[in-house]
This record gives sequence, structure tokens and C-alpha cells, in this order.
Amino acid sequence: MRIVLAEDLYLLREGLIRLLEAHGFEIAAAVESGPELQRALVELRPDVAVVDVRLPPTFTDEGLQAALAARREVPGLPVLVLSQHVEQLYARELLADGSGGVGYLLKDRVFNAEQFTDAVRRVAAGGTAMDPDVIAKLLRSNARDQPLAALTPREREVLELMAEGRSNTAVAQRLFISEGAVSKHTTSIFAKLGLAASDDDNRRVLAVLAYLNGS
Amino acid sequence: MRGQGRIRRGTHDHERLARRVRRSEQWKALGLGLRMFRRSLDTVMPLAVALTATALTFCLGLVFLAPPALRLTQCMARRERRALAEEFGIEVAEAYQPEPTVEALPDGRYRFGRRVRRTMPGQWELDFQRFTTDPAIWRDLRWLSSALVLGAMAAVPAALIGYGLIGQLVPLIAWWAHHPGQGDSTVYTWFLARPDGQLAWPAHVLLGAAFFGGLGVAPAFVQTAGHWSAKLLSPPENARLQQRVRRLTETRADALDAQAAELRRIERDLHDGVQARLVAMGLNLGAVEQLLERDPAAAKALLAQSREASASALRELRGLVRGIHPPVLAERGLADAIKALALDSPLAVEVAEDLPGRAEPPVESAVYFAVSELLTNAARHAAAERVWIDVHHTGDALRVQVTDDGRGGADASRGSGLRGIERRLATFDGVLALSSPNGGPTIVTLELPCALSSPRTSTSSGKG
Repeated sequence: MRIVLAEDLYLLREGLIRLLEAHGFEIAAAVESGPELQRALVELRPDVAVVDVRLPPTFTDEGLQAALAARREVPGLPVLVLSQHVEQLYARELLADGSGGVGYLLKDRVFNAEQFTDAVRRVAAGGTAMDPDVIAKLLRSNARDQPLAALTPREREVLELMAEGRSNTAVAQRLFISEGAVSKHTTSIFAKLGLAASDDDNRRVLAVLAYLNGS
Repeated sequence: MRGQGRIRRGTHDHERLARRVRRSEQWKALGLGLRMFRRSLDTVMPLAVALTATALTFCLGLVFLAPPALRLTQCMARRERRALAEEFGIEVAEAYQPEPTVEALPDGRYRFGRRVRRTMPGQWELDFQRFTTDPAIWRDLRWLSSALVLGAMAAVPAALIGYGLIGQLVPLIAWWAHHPGQGDSTVYTWFLARPDGQLAWPAHVLLGAAFFGGLGVAPAFVQTAGHWSAKLLSPPENARLQQRVRRLTETRADALDAQAAELRRIERDLHDGVQARLVAMGLNLGAVEQLLERDPAAAKALLAQSREASASALRELRGLVRGIHPPVLAERGLADAIKALALDSPLAVEVAEDLPGRAEPPVESAVYFAVSELLTNAARHAAAERVWIDVHHTGDALRVQVTDDGRGGADASRGSGLRGIERRLATFDGVLALSSPNGGPTIVTLELPCALSSPRTSTSSGKG
């Protein structure tokens, strides 16, 4: 799997390269600025891009802007954005085109190599990987939402994991319950939120995220 | 040709409109002049009182008379300043010195003003000090003594018009009095009438000239009188500068205090949080080094613990950074940072923004934290459900309005939060206005003078 990596801090960039190569990924290019990133994305068409939000030359949200611009040019180009902080605002912008293949994680998540590489693979496959912090913020700002308040604690746990972008199988593993139980919870959640059920993991996740972003 | 005709008719209309505007201005000026005259009549008694009291104070030493008389002078001057602002649209700054404070010195004596004394000065002494040493009060007295003259000047056009009008009416009055020729001929002479009360044509012309002349000169006369009044009431440049220096000194002290407190808080947070965690991690790693061969399982557990500690250290640092300067503010600027705040709030917040560029970073930061605190207030104290935020830049000021549908009744003097915001904005000459009737809604308006720099960078980098 070919990856374009954008990270301006040398140590972190080398660390990420080592980690990704150790897990069988191929680094197509490792760049350190916004313009370089955009060129690499459009020219190399990687399977997935791993991008730091803040990059030179402006050290603002250069990386995010470059990723969004590249996705406009190459629709559905999978992008996993890493940041020192997560903002609902950025998550919304990444999800705005509704096509999936996006991830938005805190940089700390790379500490856990298994979960991080799992997120990279998920995004490359057109799924989503949202940081638990983003989901927590989304749920907090939806605190007054009636249908959400009607969920049982277990359903809420399932919803949180699902919103992070995990498949039913992954949710079942995390919560130590059977896959059948997860899909039962999922059906109930979708009914309570008034969403159309879907068999496709990705589409289900996107529907939940759209619900949380919409209200 | 048709085009020309239209243009000519256009200019004709324009002239007619201009004439009508001029007329209405003339009548308005007459009204202003009469009101100014009316106010100037009110100054006669206070002037007499003030002059007598000051004379008695400084000639006979009746020191208790001056302060109330000068206070009255100040009152009249304040009223005139208000009237000038309302009617003439001339804002006249006030530059009174602050009330003298008494400072207890360590040696048991008291300092007030420039004097040091053994006994605590009484209230009347403070008043005396305050009213007799303030040049602004003496400027008010100077205005008071010329107010009547200026009032009379403002009334001249109205007098001319009255003269012209009454003169035209003299023949009518003479006829009505049934004794033509026997009336008071001096009164007739004032109005240029013949002894029989009739007007000759030159008299008609002259009286008409008085009427229209009065109307014509009204704006000029009244404006001049108003300007003179404003000039007499205005503090000279150095008084204004003194006041400005005083204000800057105050706000600078506040800003430095706030900054020092902020640094102390950050130091404490780092010391108790991240630093302590790093020490623990170092200890753990040392232990791992020793355990690695003897007890790999324990070493592995310690390593997991260290990773956990590094994650919490990062979490704490993130919170700290957010409190110092929110990353989204640095990356996107004020408008998007406020949108991010709105998204994170549990309330339904709508943001309307119109900012063509970015403000100075310190201004952005002050406004961001102010809005953040207002949102917290709306959720915590006002029990609001919806909030509307409007951010825009008008000419030379940044204006932010935060409206909530909560229960209202907020009071800046009691809520230390609002006071804090006010103080922080004051560093940038910014102001906070609060409207919060019981039952709501609460509207807080922030306004900071500032210029916007180049257009936002995010969209340009998006294109490049």
C-alpha cells in the first residue's frame, strides 16, 4: 500500500516512516510542506495520504487545506489527517463531501501502532477514522438532542465506536460482545435516530456522523 | 437631445431639492438657537451664585461656599455638553481630574493631593481640594460667564425674524386699536411705521429684509454660537493627553497584572502536571532498564505505564496550549475560531461573520476568550438554549455581539467574569456594553478599535 506522508518535524517524520514500513506500507513520498504535499498527492496518487494539519510555509492549517484541495481534484482520495488538537470544525470540513475515505486523529494515537495502522488501512479502503476526542466533542455538543438521550448506555458505547469508523466486527471485539449483539444494537440505534439502516459498514458510519454534525 | 433634457430636468429637481433642504436647515437652526438661548437663561442664577461664592471664599475665607457653587457650575456645564452632543452633534470630552484619594502613610500621616498631614482630611476638605484645584472646573466657570452672550447670539436670527414679522403686523395692530395717529409713536418708529401706523414701501422692504436675512443667517449664527460654546467647554490638548496617560497607566497596570497571573497559572500547571509526569516516566524507564533481563513481564507492564503517562502529559499540554493560545485561532483566525467555539458549545449557537482580514493576534485572542466566557455564562448562569453571535468589522472597529435567549438579569458590577472581560478589552481601548433585562434576552456587545491586515491566508493556500 503506497503512502504519501506530510510531516514537518524531522523526528516525527522518521518515526512515522519507520512505523509504517515496519507494518508493510510503502512510503511513496515523505514531504514537509503544503505545496510539496499537494503536488505529491496529485502526481503520485497514493493509496492513502497521512498528513499533519500544520505545515510550512504558513504554519497554519496548510496540510488540511492541501488535503482538501487534492480531494477536490481527485475525488475520494483517502486522507488521514493528524493533529496536536482536534476540532469539530475541521472534522466537518473533511466529512463535508460525504464520500468517506477520511481520517482525523490526534498525533498521540500513533503510540498504539496496531490501532494506528488499522486506521490507515480503514481510510485507504474508503472508510473513516475519527478520533475518540472528536466523537466525544460531537456528543457533548449534541447533549440536548432528544433521540440521543434516549439511547441506552450500551447503545451509546456502540454508537461512539461506530462513529469512530469501526466495523461491526471491530466494535464486537472492543466491547467483548458477539457480532449479532452489535448488529442488534445498531438496528436499535438507527431506529431511535430515525436513520435508514444499511448493511454497508462505511455507509452506516457516514450516516451516524452526518446525524451528529447535522443537529 | 433627450438625454440632455433629462439632465437639465435632473439638475432643476436637484436645485429645488437643495433649496428645500436649505430651508428646512434654516428653520431647524432657528429652533436650535432658541433652545440654546433658553438654556443660557438658566445659567444666570448659577453664574451669580458661583461668582459670589468664589468671591466670598477667596476674599473672606468662607471656604465652605466654593465647593457647592462649583459643583453647580459643573452640573450646568455637563448639561450643556449633553445638549451640544444631542442637538449639534458635537461631542465635547470631559477631562475632570479624578476624586482626590487619601493615602495613609506608614508614619501615621496622611497624604492627599500634594500635601501630607498629620490628621485625616474631612470630606469638605476633599471637596474643596477637588473643586478648586481642577482646571476643568475653572474652564466650566469661564464658559458659564459667557453662556448668556452666546445664547443671545444664537437668538439673533430669531429676533430678526420676529422683528420683521411684527413690523408687518403694525398697521393691523394700529387699525385694531382704533386710534390711528394717537398710538405710541415711538413703538411705531421702532418698526419704521409712519405716525399713523401705516408702512411706507421702504419699510416693507426693510422689514422683509430683516425676516429673510434672519432666516438666511440662522445656520451660520447658531453654528458659530454652538462651536464657541463647545470650544469653551473643551479641555485643551494637554488636559486630554493627561487623561489619556492616566487611562493608559491604569490599563497597562491591569494588563501586566493579568499577564503575571496567567504566567503563574501556567507555571503551576506545568509544574504539577507535565513536569511531574515526565519525572515519573524517567523513573519508570530507569526501572525498566534494570528489570529488562530479570523480569521482562514486569518491564513490559512498566513500559505500558510509561506510554500511558506520556499520553496524559500530552493531554494536559494540549489543554494548557488551548488556554494560552487556541491552535484553531492561530491556524484560522477569529471568525473560524468562534465557529469552533460555537460547535463545541452544548447550546445551539449561530454565528454570522463578516471579517475581510485578520486582526492583530493579541486582539483576536482577547476577543476569542471574551466570547468563550460569554458562551459559558450563557450556558451556566442564563440557562439559555440558543445563542446568536455576530462578528463584523466596521470601518475601524471590530464589533462582536453575543445574544442569548436566557433569563437575563446579568449585572456587570456583580459578575466578576464580565468585569474581567471589560478589563482585558480595556487594554486595547475596547469597551463592553451589556443589556440584560430580567427575563432576557441578554445582549453583550464588544467593540475594539483595530485595523484588519491582509485577507485570510487559509483560502489562498487552498487555491495554491
